[in-house]
Amino acid sequence: MMIIFYIAAVVAVISTLLVITRTNVVHALLYLVVSLLSAAIIFFVMGAPFIAALEVIIYAGAIMVLFIFVIMMLNIGKQSQQQESQWLQPKTWIGPAILVLILFAEFIYLFISTTPDIIESAMVSPKDVGMALYGNYLLGVELSAMLLLTGIVGAYHLGHRTKKVVHRFLEEEKSV
Amino acid sequence: MMTIPLESGLILSGILFSLGLVGVLIRRNIIFILMSIEIMLNAAGMAFIFAGARWGQPDGQVMFVFILTMAAAEVSVGLALILQIYSKFKSLDADAASKMRG
Repeated sequence: MMIIFYIAAVVAVISTLLVITRTNVVHALLYLVVSLLSAAIIFFVMGAPFIAALEVIIYAGAIMVLFIFVIMMLNIGKQSQQQESQWLQPKTWIGPAILVLILFAEFIYLFISTTPDIIESAMVSPKDVGMALYGNYLLGVELSAMLLLTGIVGAYHLGHRTKKVVHRFLEEEKSV
Repeated sequence: MMTIPLESGLILSGILFSLGLVGVLIRRNIIFILMSIEIMLNAAGMAFIFAGARWGQPDGQVMFVFILTMAAAEVSVGLALILQIYSKFKSLDADAASKMRG
């Protein structure tokens, strides 16, 4: 269990280091996904399986998809063609693939070696988390609901494209 | 029984947090800055998880859920801001938006 934790920690540090040194945004996103997956492995080993699932679903799933959509929206025509051909070369995905294979080997090992006593000894079950979340922290849940509503409204307002209301002759003059 | 010592977990989350901080400081691309902020939030949540596992209480995981919610809201607003900045300045350089003019 210790060695699993330390391997996942090394993978997390290496992939995070690679995130902040990449020049290409999509390469950095690949390494960021690897970093979040290794964090999920760490959470699972630490006895927080619910948080490990949330990390994979929300962080590595939803938030990364948001990033990818925005990068796709920002694509600049001619450069994207060249980048597209570069992305398909193996040297771009071989690094994340190796790091993910390490994590996958750990994942397989965790399933094969059934040592439930070690995992469950420190485990905080999802039921306890749910009871605490909707018991003591009910006010926090409602506040985070308001925060999410603010996030939705803010993102809609900021992402809304303002149409320029200019007379068409003035528009022509402006474009020249 | 072998459990992971609290020190090594906190050192790991400290390393990840400082890597995110370095990323915020050295990068000038706004998307990279936002990704580094994500790394820092994740590292802070990881510290909560370690502390919660040390005492076997669910409070650490509850705090991680709140951090996750905050990160999701922050990323959606931040990415909308990135879209606005790109359409206004035609650049993702953070220095392009250093002047506060309407």
